[in-house]
Parts: sequence; structure tokens; C-alpha cells
Amino acid sequence: MIPPTFEYLRPESLGEALRMLPDAGEDAKVLAGGQSLMPLLRLRLAYPDTLVDLDRVAALREIRDDGDALVVGATATHHQVMNDPLVRRFAPLVAAATATVADPAVRHRGTFGGSLAHADPAGDLPAVALALDAVMLARSASGGDREIPARDFFVDWMTTALEPDELLTGVRLPKAGPGWGFHYEKFHRTAQAWAIVGVACAVRRVQGAVEDVRIGLTNMGSVPVRASAVEERLGGNALSDGALREASELAAEDTAPPADLHGSAEYRSHLARVLTRRALGAATAR
Amino acid sequence: MPRIRVEVDGETYEDDVEPRLLLVHYLRERLGKVGTPVGCDTTNCGACTVLLDGLSAKSCSVLAVQADGRSVTTVEGLSLDGAGDHPLQRAFHREHALQCGYCTPGMIIASLDLLRDNPDPSEAEVREGLEGNLCRCTGYQNIVRAVRGAAAEMRTREVAP
Ligand SMILES: Cc1cc2nc3c(=O)[nH]c(=O)nc-3n(C[C@H](O)[C@H](O)[C@H](O)COP(=O)(O)OP(=O)(O)OC[C@H]3O[C@@H](n4cnc5c(N)ncnc54)[C@H](O)[C@@H]3O)c2cc1C
Ligand code: FES
Ligand code: FES
Repeated sequence: MIPPTFEYLRPESLGEALRMLPDAGEDAKVLAGGQSLMPLLRLRLAYPDTLVDLDRVAALREIRDDGDALVVGATATHHQVMNDPLVRRFAPLVAAATATVADPAVRHRGTFGGSLAHADPAGDLPAVALALDAVMLARSASGGDREIPARDFFVDWMTTALEPDELLTGVRLPKAGPGWGFHYEKFHRTAQAWAIVGVACAVRRVQGAVEDVRIGLTNMGSVPVRASAVEERLGGNALSDGALREASELAAEDTAPPADLHGSAEYRSHLARVLTRRALGAATAR
Repeated sequence: MPRIRVEVDGETYEDDVEPRLLLVHYLRERLGKVGTPVGCDTTNCGACTVLLDGLSAKSCSVLAVQADGRSVTTVEGLSLDGAGDHPLQRAFHREHALQCGYCTPGMIIASLDLLRDNPDPSEAEVREGLEGNLCRCTGYQNIVRAVRGAAAEMRTREVAP
């Protein structure tokens, strides 16, 4: 279908974008890669009166080294992120998970920040951000800068902690240090498909023991969740096949997975356990 | 109405467009470039794939205003130095890589995008590279064969879009 009518604003700088947003009002929407928003407009599921297009705000696309962290600009495209040497070196989990998102044409336009701001529980990157303890960098004309930890960012189904006049400007990802291993395990049944369940995992080993482990689950609730029970069971213990298997059995604890055409809640819980086992195995196999 | 200036298949166009006009509708209805079809409302099928500044994009999910100042290549802009069909077009023909043909323009553009990055893709790499393009007719076998055949020809001939 043809999208509904809207006013179109194209700021050339971050300052200009931030000034435009409050004036554009509550029914304005930010347009990043458009790979979620354009289909919503075409299906007439969204009726914004104004779109503020970030396409020409070059500063928001940058990926930079920030000491012990990387800062990925909100409108860095999936294509850019998965091929970026800094991301591949210091945030390999992000590069690997991004390569599983959608298809090449969608990845050429869809953005890292757009995926997080869209907060689809089936999206791959929210669970990755959660597993990495990423920090969302937000800015508004009225409130200035705000740092929102990933665990506070995803509030509800497709709802984030961002205010209507606030932009996600970037994401701070802690750099992976020595001893860390990562894996994103995504289960889907057709090409170019969203995860039925996904498991993002980061494990740090010190001399055969699991020193630190973080697991983010995709599509196991209305927001991405951490598999805390698994983390607690494994943390500090010796690494063995038995220990991984036993801990993975706890992956669906305290989750509320959706039931839909792709699978029942029980099926998703089963997948969470199996995929967690696989993800942990892959992250520790070196 | 915003005024845009876009290069499409090597020619520059200037037009006033409504902000909600999709790039694919601009190409088809304003420029008469009906080689690029629309197949879905959800950005899934890939029939409308074009190159936007050299990278594949689904033109049903890009506004015409967003193409302002950029260059677009559609299937109509492909040819071998202006002389006859592009190797991809010939290979699709030769290998029977189409039946109804609805997906073909998008398949060819997505293939071009793939071969730019990877001039000698394996069968699996062709399938991954074209995962955003759906075909309801062929079962994909002949499409994969055509892309690999064209790739072989293009490697020996240095062909540009
Ligand atoms: C066919 C298809 C398959 C897909 N498969 C997957 C998949 O397997 N996994 C996956 O994770 N995703 C998938 N996606 C979604 C894709 O990752 C999108 O790129 C992403 O969801 C949205 O990013 P965008 O930049 O396109 O955002 P847009 O569509 O432009 O915006 C999405 C929302 O976020 C808001 N927003 C965007 N940027 C900002 C910002 N900087 N500050 C504040 N608000 C902002 C917008 O206002 C809008 O509400 C798929 C999409 C398609 C079309
Ligand atoms: S028409 Fe554009 S992806 Fe289907
Ligand atoms: S040939 Fe009919 S859709 Fe591909």
C-alpha cells in the first residue's frame, strides 16, 4: 500500500535533529534505516504526522574506539557494523549476530540503533546488547545526555526507556578482553527469518573455570532477558560438559515466551535450553 | 513538495515529489522504469531490489526523497558496455532461471551486489546472498546455476554494471 501522508524533515546535523524533534510533537517518528518503519507505514499500522530522517546526520554513523569500550553510532548500518574491523576485533558477538539479521539488502539500510530502539523481542541485537552490558547513549534538547544501561532500556514489547524527544545517539560496548569467548545461536526455519529463539552468550574462562558468564535470550518474553539462573549456576565453577549441560537446563527459568505460528511457549522453552547448551559449547570451544 | 535530483541508470532526473512517494513508485510511475516490480508490503520479497549508491536496497522501503542526490541502478540500466545483455541476464535466460519472471529483476540486481563482494561464490554463498529474494516458481536451482555461470564469465571479462 501507499503510506499515509506525513511531513518530512531532513536535518543535516545532530543539533538540528534534536531541535526538530520537540517541535515536531508526540506524533513524530524518527526515521533511521526504515527497514521496520517503512513496512509499518505501508501496512498502515503507523500514522506519524512527521518523519525526522537521520540519513544525513553523518556523525551518528561513526564507529569509534573509546579506550576500554567501542562507541557504535546509532545509524551505523548492519552492513557497516558486521564488516567494521573494530567491531570484529573488540565486539565479535555483535559482528556475528548482525550477520544473521535479515538479508544483504536489508542490512545495507537497517541500522544498529534502529534495531535497539525498535525493541522487537524477536530482534537479535537487543539480547546481544543485554548480554554485553552495553550502555545506550541518549540525547535530547531539553534533557541533555543520558546513559541508559541495556537492562533498563527495554521496558516492554517494542517499548524503550527513550523519551519522545530523545534520540539514541550511540551504544557503548565494553571491549572484549583476554579469556572471553562468544557465540550467538539463532534458531529459525526459513531464510531471512526472525529468530524463533536466539541465545547470545559471553563467557570468560580463567584456568579451566568459568570466571564470568552472561547470556541474553531473544524472543523469550516481551523484552530480551538474561538467563540469570544459568549464569548463577555456572559462574565460578569448573568448566565441563556436564556442568554446561546441567546449567543449560535452567535457561527457560523466569521467562515468559510467546506462543505463535512458529511455536508454542513450551517449544520455545525447550529451544532455549538446547540452544543455550550449544551457545555455551561454542563460546568455550577454543 | 520537496524537489529531488536523482541519477537513474546513468541519467539525471529532477522532480517534485510527495514525501510519502516510495522510490519504487517513483521509478515506475514517474520515470516509466517498469522493469522494477513490487511484490509485497513487508520488505520481504526482494522483487523491487535496486542498487542505491552501489549497494542493493529494496526500493519499496526507501522514500523517493531519500534518493535525493544519490544514484540508482535498476535492471534496465544493466548492459555490457551498452552492447547487448549483461552476462547475468544471458545466464538467467540460458539456464531457465525464471518462469513467470516476477522475481527476476530483483534476483539479477541482488546477484550483481553479491558478485561485487564475492566474484566466485559457492552454491551456499549464492543462496545466502540471495536470501532476501523470494521466487515462487523455479525452486531456485536454476537461479543458483545461472549466477555461478555468470560469475565465471564475468571473472574472465571484467564486466561492470
Ligand atoms: C525482511 C526483514 C527481515 C528482518 N529480519 C531481522 C532479523 O532476523 N533480526 C533482526 O534483529 N531484525 C530483522 N529485521 C529488522 C531490521 O534489523 C531493522 O533494520 C531494524 O529492526 C530497524 O532498524 P532501522 O534502522 O531500519 O529502523 P527504522 O525502521 O528506521 O526505525 C525503527 C523504529 O526505531 C525508531 N528509531 C530508529 N532509530 C532511532 C534513534 N536513533 N533514536 C530513537 N529512535 C529511533 C524509529 O522511530 C522507529 O520507531 C528485518 C527486517 C526486514 C524488513
Ligand atoms: S516489493 Fe519490495 S521487498 Fe517486496
Ligand atoms: S520466476 Fe516466478 S517468482 Fe521467480
